[in-house]
Amino acid sequence: MDFSSFLLMRQEIILLAIILLLLVAEIFIPKNKKSSIVHLAIFLFGVHTVIGFLSIDECSIFGGSFQTNNLIHFFKNVLNIGVFILLLQSADWLQEKIVTQDKGTEFFILLFSSLLGMYFMISSGDFLMFYIGLELSTLPVAALAAYETSKRISSESGIKLILSAGLASGVSLFGISLLYATSGSIFFHDIIGVISASNLTILGFILFFTGLSFKISLVPFHFWTADVYEGAPISVASYLSVISKGAAVFILMILMFTIFKPLMHVWENIVYVIALATMFIGNLFALRQKNMKRFLAFSSIAQAGFILLGLISGTQLGSATIVYFILVYIFSNLAAFGVVQAISLKTGKENMDDYDGLYRTNPNLSLVMMLALFSLAGIPPVAGFFGKFFLFTAAASEGYYLLVFLAVVNVTISLYYYLSVIRAMFIRKSDNPIPFFKNKLYMRLGLLITVLGILVIGMYSPLYDYIYELSSIFN
Amino acid sequence: MDILSLFVVVPVLTIIALVFTKDLKQARLVSMVGSIFQLGMGINLVFAYFKERAINDSIMVLTKDVVWFEQFNIHYAIGVDGISVALIVLTTIVVLAGVFISWKMPDLPKEFFISLLVLSTGVYGFFISLDLFTMFMFYEIAVIPMYLLIGIWGSGPKEYSAMKLTLMLMGASAVLLVGVLGIYFNSNADGGALTFNILEISQVNIPFEAQKLFFPLTFVGFAVLGALFPFHTWSPDGHASAPTAVSMLHAGVLMKLGGYGVFRVAMFLLPEGAMHWDTFFIILAAIGVVYGAFGAIRQTDLKYINAYASVSHLGLVLFALLTLNKTAWNGAIIQSLSHGLLTAMFFALIGMIYGRTNTRDINKLGGLMKVLPFIGAIYVITGLAYLGLPGFSGFVAEMNIFVGAFENPNMFNRVLTILAVSSIVVTAVYILRLVGKIMMGPLVNDDFKDLPRATWYEKTGILLLLIPIIAIGVAPLWLSDMIMASLEPFIKGVL
Repeated sequence: MDFSSFLLMRQEIILLAIILLLLVAEIFIPKNKKSSIVHLAIFLFGVHTVIGFLSIDECSIFGGSFQTNNLIHFFKNVLNIGVFILLLQSADWLQEKIVTQDKGTEFFILLFSSLLGMYFMISSGDFLMFYIGLELSTLPVAALAAYETSKRISSESGIKLILSAGLASGVSLFGISLLYATSGSIFFHDIIGVISASNLTILGFILFFTGLSFKISLVPFHFWTADVYEGAPISVASYLSVISKGAAVFILMILMFTIFKPLMHVWENIVYVIALATMFIGNLFALRQKNMKRFLAFSSIAQAGFILLGLISGTQLGSATIVYFILVYIFSNLAAFGVVQAISLKTGKENMDDYDGLYRTNPNLSLVMMLALFSLAGIPPVAGFFGKFFLFTAAASEGYYLLVFLAVVNVTISLYYYLSVIRAMFIRKSDNPIPFFKNKLYMRLGLLITVLGILVIGMYSPLYDYIYELSSIFN
Repeated sequence: MDILSLFVVVPVLTIIALVFTKDLKQARLVSMVGSIFQLGMGINLVFAYFKERAINDSIMVLTKDVVWFEQFNIHYAIGVDGISVALIVLTTIVVLAGVFISWKMPDLPKEFFISLLVLSTGVYGFFISLDLFTMFMFYEIAVIPMYLLIGIWGSGPKEYSAMKLTLMLMGASAVLLVGVLGIYFNSNADGGALTFNILEISQVNIPFEAQKLFFPLTFVGFAVLGALFPFHTWSPDGHASAPTAVSMLHAGVLMKLGGYGVFRVAMFLLPEGAMHWDTFFIILAAIGVVYGAFGAIRQTDLKYINAYASVSHLGLVLFALLTLNKTAWNGAIIQSLSHGLLTAMFFALIGMIYGRTNTRDINKLGGLMKVLPFIGAIYVITGLAYLGLPGFSGFVAEMNIFVGAFENPNMFNRVLTILAVSSIVVTAVYILRLVGKIMMGPLVNDDFKDLPRATWYEKTGILLLLIPIIAIGVAPLWLSDMIMASLEPFIKGVL
């Protein structure tokens, strides 16, 4: 191995460099100019996002521990875009609430560390690297969830996240040890050859799957989700529901389509049941939520259930539709969280009733929210429609018509609560509406990118074709 | 730009122009110009269709095909036959009349017209699509603005009605989605590639098992929009709460998507499935016909009366389609057009009466003919056309349907036909009673003495609808010719 192999880890190295740079900058930036750290971080991450689009060679380094290919590289870019939008949307909150407490730099360092963990997790070539990535991606988020130390509910959220994540990774680790016991290796490419459907292997797989299910918040491992989202700062809740969930789904998909493929006859039943439970429970609980953050939490649980419809097909088509859906989902959910963030920052209001009559005072924000909710609900012509339609196509291609039918029943249920928000904003009138306010530049930019994404990604078919091509590794 | 794509592009351009308007005056002017342009395109389309028809005898003319999602073989494929041309022209007329009727829209006018045009974009797109995917997409685009239109500008229990309507229709589209996917994944039964293209699928022999499974899903998915009993319950509530122009567009145009989809997709692509399920669904349709008519008798709210009457008349469309007879099919299409115009007219008139008297309760109205002569006279004419008086479109449609339905020698079908025919009598009962009660007799309320007469924009809207009603009634043959020629491929496929 020569020095140039490190260049294949370009994404990771640049991100690490940004983290170190911010650490140094923290020391040199004078105390009265601390808010410039936000500009610096956004600028550096923007550059990193752009550099990410340069192509990269397929490779496997460190004896197979770290691997990358075009699909993985593409997915890292997707995560980058998501985090970049998230930073834009959080900038005002950071400057008003966090930098004034002198905790700005740490926020970025923790956030980027978690992202770095995700890079390693999705690029892992063995279970050791996978586990390190998983932990690195989770632990900083727990600190971030408890970031608003002045609020008790935020600390509670951090504790809940670290406890459930700790349990989940413990279970996952036990599963990994059982898989090691039966196959004699922790390297993915070794395991592929020797895996068989023995009871111990299946048990190992189920435990491993359980651990990741916590992270994706699949039913019945979703109990932490709503509480953590409600307590955590909105940026962190948004990060958990979009970036963290997306990365976990992606690595789960890679592992299930490669090393666990021989066990497909086992896991397709598990996925079938969990998909149904996740969709129904997520949707039915979302119906009754009044707090926007809890509402989006249950909505994101339900969305995870839809993603499993792509997973169950186990094919190239399934992989392409999942990646495409996550891309769409990132834009849609970030738009919704962005609006909640903007309103919460200006007025401190987070309940659905507070949104009554929003369209008459803040038409632009209401329109962004409407597009986001339409996209989440899967209504054409916005991107969510295409994402959902293709996921259903993937499931139907393997003959799961009943599952598709139940999923579309769920789409209808979900429409009720998405429309409830639209009802509040457009139809209801309020004696005490949220007054008109103008967002700052970063927030407007953050929302604008999401809206463009929602409008364009669906219609622009070459993007899907590109993702489909990248997914050919699962053939 | 081909002349069919314009039907999607022009409304979209109108919407973009509307975004920049400042007040009601500008908004209605822009929408009026856009809608007049659409009407012009509609009339132009009829001529273009006949011209093309003379030299081109394929099923669909004016076709265009652009690949969209290559992996799924989704195309932007468009084309029309006589049936879709007729329905597109109907849409252009009703949209323009709707714009005139909404001339005085006090609250959020810009948003109102935008939603209205989104709806019409969906409807046009649906009628020109030859690809199941885009068809499904436009179907949903047409349905979703209804939520805002009823919710924001409606009256009465509008939140409830809007939610009920949207959820039932989107639920139906969910069922339809499974049906569409089922058709898609069986479109390679003859060894070809998977395709969403309707014309290509119609050449494929989809296995009987699959047809049996997916026909009811596809049929119900569309027929809910056509108010199939027992899935019609969204319709009365929705219509009663909707503002005038929305009721017009909804009953006049949107509900036609149901019948069209049943015919073009469910029955055309899954003919054996249609045969298999025919008896079951024809019973439901016949129940809808009779039930809707009796339901209308019991109502006292003008809009509810018309909503139930629509259930009855559109039940007749589904009934005629399921009789599997060419004459009846012809009647079904004419009935779709005729009902579209007549119901739009009725809702426009009800809106005018309600706008002046502030009540839709027939017990509180009476003798309106004396104070509102124009509206009253048109109301009577529409009522008579509705119950099938010769000389108007309703007669042509029902005549064709019942003659065709009775041609079937099967005893079961004949009994059902007789049952359905009985709805004509019931229709006469409620229409005549209604006209007598609210138009004739002494004026019941002295407050009504000085009601303002119909304004120019109301009259324009009314005349737009009245002219084709009489035209179809007096000279139905050119329309029948256009439709009959387009029925040939269906006859080969289904009968």
